[in-house]
Amino acid sequence: MFAAENGLRGDPRLEAISDAISVVPNFPKPGIMFQDITTLVSNHKAFKHTVDIFVDRYKDMGISIVAGVEARGFIFAPPIALAIGAKFVPLRKPGKLPGEVISEAYELEYGNDCLEMHKCAVEKGERALVIDDLVATGGTLSAAIRLLERGGAEVVECACVIGVPEIKERRMLDGKPLYVLVEPRQ
Amino acid sequence: MSALKADDPRIPAIQSRIRVVPNFPKPGIMFQDITTLLLDPKVFKDTIDLFVERYNSKNISVVAGIEARGFIFGPPIALAIGAKFVPLRKPNKLPGKVFRQEYELEYGSDCLEMHVGAVASGERALVVDDLIATGGTLCAAIDLLERAGAKVFECACVIEIPALKGRERLNGKPVFVLVDSQ
Repeated sequence: MFAAENGLRGDPRLEAISDAISVVPNFPKPGIMFQDITTLVSNHKAFKHTVDIFVDRYKDMGISIVAGVEARGFIFAPPIALAIGAKFVPLRKPGKLPGEVISEAYELEYGNDCLEMHKCAVEKGERALVIDDLVATGGTLSAAIRLLERGGAEVVECACVIGVPEIKERRMLDGKPLYVLVEPRQ
Repeated sequence: MSALKADDPRIPAIQSRIRVVPNFPKPGIMFQDITTLLLDPKVFKDTIDLFVERYNSKNISVVAGIEARGFIFGPPIALAIGAKFVPLRKPNKLPGKVFRQEYELEYGSDCLEMHVGAVASGERALVVDDLIATGGTLCAAIDLLERAGAKVFECACVIEIPALKGRERLNGKPVFVLVDSQ
């Protein structure tokens, strides 16, 4: 669900957040309008609004894990985790986490990729969030949900700064609620 | 040698939460794993607080974090001290025009990029990463920021591997660390 339809309609922070995101055409390849969040995190006020909105939503939900998807999820998830007193669990590309990991493959437009997590990072029954900068197909988030559930956690919600309009109709991803702040900029 | 006084009561817990994983990513390397620190909310908060207390009134307007573990520590510091967060990324991740700097790693070589226009001339900057080893990555980061006209005030890392003498690689730029490697 989009924040504007879930209690934040008309909230000026959402407009500030949207305005701070840049669009780069034809990156990483022709036809893609890349949503660049670096201008958002470079704008202290807008970055703080982003984190504050997520923190306000999640602080009383008994969340003990905030998982962030490498690499842009690493920018948004730790500030949320710190503010709500939860653990930060990085979900990483293959071969980056040392020691024992569990892996989950997911499909890209062309080919596959893989996400890894420390199984020992999660205790059975913990309530978790998954954070990333943007959700499009939901493939990465689905893999993230599966990792956390294999570790014994209950994924309460997935949250992203940006969500493609198609996601609006879905509202859920693999049975988990999806919370998004803004649509992609044109 | 750690720049921080050893008797700050928060340091021992930070040290104890870092896990050493032998022979990762290859034989002979004692990998300093900070993910276990991130699993302790109080200790993660103390880690950030130690940096924030140091930099809060130093007029820092840029916190640059090195991909990927610098993305974990940099943004909370930036948010707390009122600075912008600037990601320094592996090649071809940042869209648009970038500055590019090659560097030698402890194990291999790589390249770091920063957006043109991310920093303005004269801005005071921090560089944040989880660890300083040979200093190669930090050196590349400093070069990127200074080519763009910023002034790097200090580098800030959770861990230092003193035996690798990374400090000497930084051309006199100071580095502030919380703990030594185990």
